[in-house]
Amino acid sequence: MRHILSLLIENEAGALSRVAGLFSARAYNIESLTVAPTEDPTLSRMTIVTSGSDDVIEQITKQVNKLIEVVKVVDLNEGRYIERELMLVKVRAVGKDREEIKRTGDIFRGRIVDVTDKTYTIELTGTSDKLDAFIEALGKSVILETVRTGPSGIGRGEWIMRV
Amino acid sequence: MQLSGAEIVIRSLAAEGVEFVWGYPGGAVLFIYDELFKQDKVKHILVRHEQAALHAADGYSRATGKVGVALVTSGPGVTNAITGIATAYMDSIPMVIVTGQVPTHAIGLDAFQECDTVGITRPCVKHNFLVKDVKDLAVTMKKAFYLAASGRPGPVVVDVPKDVSAAMCEFEYPSEVSMRSYNPVTKGHSGQIRKAVQMLLEAKRPMIYTGGGVILGDAAPQLTELVRLLGYPCTNTLMGLGGYPATDPQFLGMLGMHGTYEVNMAMQHCDVLLAVGARFDDRVIGNPKHFYNPERRIVHIDIDPSSISKRVKVDVPIVGNINDVLEEMLRTLKSEKPRPDAQALKAWWAQIELWKTKDCLRYDRTSKIIKPQFVVEKLYEVTKGEAIVTSDVGQHQMWAAQFYKFNKPRRWLNSGGLGTMGVGLPYAMGARQAFPDTDVACITGEASIQMCIQELSTCKQYHLPIKIVNLNNRYLGMVRQWQQIMHGNRYSESYMDALPDFVKLAESYGHVGMQITKPADVEGALREAFKMKDRLVFMDFLTDQTENVYPMVQAGKGLTEMILAEEL
Repeated sequence: MRHILSLLIENEAGALSRVAGLFSARAYNIESLTVAPTEDPTLSRMTIVTSGSDDVIEQITKQVNKLIEVVKVVDLNEGRYIERELMLVKVRAVGKDREEIKRTGDIFRGRIVDVTDKTYTIELTGTSDKLDAFIEALGKSVILETVRTGPSGIGRGEWIMRV
Repeated sequence: MQLSGAEIVIRSLAAEGVEFVWGYPGGAVLFIYDELFKQDKVKHILVRHEQAALHAADGYSRATGKVGVALVTSGPGVTNAITGIATAYMDSIPMVIVTGQVPTHAIGLDAFQECDTVGITRPCVKHNFLVKDVKDLAVTMKKAFYLAASGRPGPVVVDVPKDVSAAMCEFEYPSEVSMRSYNPVTKGHSGQIRKAVQMLLEAKRPMIYTGGGVILGDAAPQLTELVRLLGYPCTNTLMGLGGYPATDPQFLGMLGMHGTYEVNMAMQHCDVLLAVGARFDDRVIGNPKHFYNPERRIVHIDIDPSSISKRVKVDVPIVGNINDVLEEMLRTLKSEKPRPDAQALKAWWAQIELWKTKDCLRYDRTSKIIKPQFVVEKLYEVTKGEAIVTSDVGQHQMWAAQFYKFNKPRRWLNSGGLGTMGVGLPYAMGARQAFPDTDVACITGEASIQMCIQELSTCKQYHLPIKIVNLNNRYLGMVRQWQQIMHGNRYSESYMDALPDFVKLAESYGHVGMQITKPADVEGALREAFKMKDRLVFMDFLTDQTENVYPMVQAGKGLTEMILAEEL
C-alpha cells in the first residue's frame, strides 16, 4: 500500500543522502522524495512517498527514525492529510489543439504560465492522481515535457508536526 | 588558550579517558600524530595495516565495554579501515574513528589520497561527521563519544581535514552534549514489563534466549538472577555467549545453525519465549516461516525499536536498556504471588533431558588424528575457562563457541554479524592490551590467520604474549563443509596449497612456534605455551581435514531440520 511519510530533519549537508542511502541499502521502495527548509532554517521538511506491506512500512518508519539527524517521522496515512504535487507541462499547442488544450487546462484548474506560437506551458497542482489524469486527458501526442515535484503532505485540521 | 585542531583531537581523547588509540600515520593526520608525540596520556599502538587498527580497537571495546578508538589517514587509510568499521557496526560495538581528510579547499578535486569518507562509511556507521571548521571540533568529538556509547552502540567516524587539524581555536571540552534528534529510550514501559512477567509465569514450556545485547548492556548479572529465579532453560546466541554461565545446568548451549539439538528443539516447541538483546537473525532461527509457531508467544526486550518485529512478529515488545528492564522484571517477579507452574516445568525439563540424550556434540575421541574439538576442550581445561578467547570465522569459530564454556561476559570475542575472517589476532591484541595479566587465546584457522598475519609484528613491538591456537586443516573448512553437503563434494577453490611453515613464520617475527601433529601432544603443548608468560606462542595443530561442525541447519532450512553427526 502507498504511504506518505513526513519527516523533520536537521538542515545539514548530507542529511538527504542519509535518508536516500537508507532506502537503497535496505531495498525499500521510494516513489518520490521532496525536501526543503522550513520556517525554522535549521530544519528541513521531507515528504517521502513509499509503498509496502504494513510490516515493511513499520520497519521503514523505525529505520528512518534511527537516523541520527532525523528529528521526527510521521506516517501521514495514520490520520487524515492533504497532499499536493506541482507539475509543469509543456505541450505542443497548434491548430485546433490550441483551444482544446486550454479548455482541458481550465477544467483541471491549471494555469498557462508561458506561451509561444507553438507551445503552452501549464502549471497544475493537485494530488498525484489528478496530475496523472491531466496527462491522460492531454494525450501523449501533445506533451513535449513534464516536470513533477513529487507530493508534499500535511496533516488535516489542527494537528501540527513540530519538534 | 588557543589550540590547534590536532591538539584538540588529542585533548578530547584524553578528556574521554581514552587509554589506547590504534592507528597508522599518513599525510592527512601528520599534525595529529605530532600532537600524539608531545603527550603521554593517550598511548598509540602502531599496527601494520589499518584494518587491524580497527579490529584491535574493536576487540578492546568488546573486552572492556569502553569505546574503542582508531586513527587512520585519508584515502587508502580509510578504505582499508572499512572492513573493521563494518565489522563493529554489525555487532553494535562502540567506537570512535578519527580519519584524516585532505584540506577543505581540496575536497572534491580528486586530491592525492582523497576519498569521500563520509559517503563511503555512511552505510556502516551509526553516524559520521566531516568537521569543516575547527570551532566545531571539540563538540563533534563529544558528540561522537556520546553517540557511540549510548542507545544501541556503534562506530562513529569523525573526518578531520588537514587544514582543520592545523587551524587554531579556543578549546573547551563540553562536559555533556544533547541532540534534539537523538533521544535513546532507556526505561522500559512498565505496563509491558508487567505483561511480560505475567506471560512468563503462565508458561508451561518456557525458554529464554539472549544475545549480544546482554553483553553490550552489561546485564549478565540481572539475566543470571532472572533465569535462576524462574528455573527456566536458557540459551545464548553466538554473540551472547558468557551472558549466562555456560557450566550452569539451566544452560542448554548455543542455539542456531550450529546450536545444540536440545536448544533448537526447545526454541521451536516452547510456548513462551523470552528474547533478550537478540535479533532473531537468519543464523539463529533459520527460516522464519518454519520458526513460526502459533502456540508460542514471544516477549522481546531490545534497546533498538527497529530490532523488534523485524524478522519475527512478537507479542510483547519492550524497548529499553536491558539491565533496567531486567531489574524491573525481577522486582515485579519477586512481588508477584503466582509462581511458575512447577509440574509443567518438570515435564518440560524431562522433555529437554530426552533431547539431550542425542549427545549432539559428540565426536570421535579415539581418533589418531587431532580432532579440532579436542583441542578446544583441552584449551578450556588448561586455561581453567578463565582466558579471553578470540576467534576468526569458520569451523574453528563454531567449535570454539561449542566447546569452550564461557561463564562470564566479555571473554568471547568474535565477529558474529559481518563474519570477518582476520579479526582473531587483532581482537586478541586489543584484549591483551586492556588486560595485561589475563591469558588471551586466539582460536583460528590457517586461512583466517593469514588475513591479518602481519600483526605478529605489532605483537612483537608491544610485547603481547598471545597464544595462537591454529586449527590447521589445510582447507577453508566451513566452505568445504558446505561444498560437501550442498555442492556434491565439489571442493571448488577451498583447498589452500602452499601454506607457510607457521613455526618458522612465528620465529621470523621473533615469537615461539610449535607444530603439533598427535592427539597425545595437544595438552602438553598447550601447557608449555601458557607457561611462557611473556612470549607469543603460535601453536599449529594439524587437525582432521574432513571434520565437520554438527549439528548443522542448512541456510534457508527450519531450525529443527538439523543434520546430526551420525546422519552423514
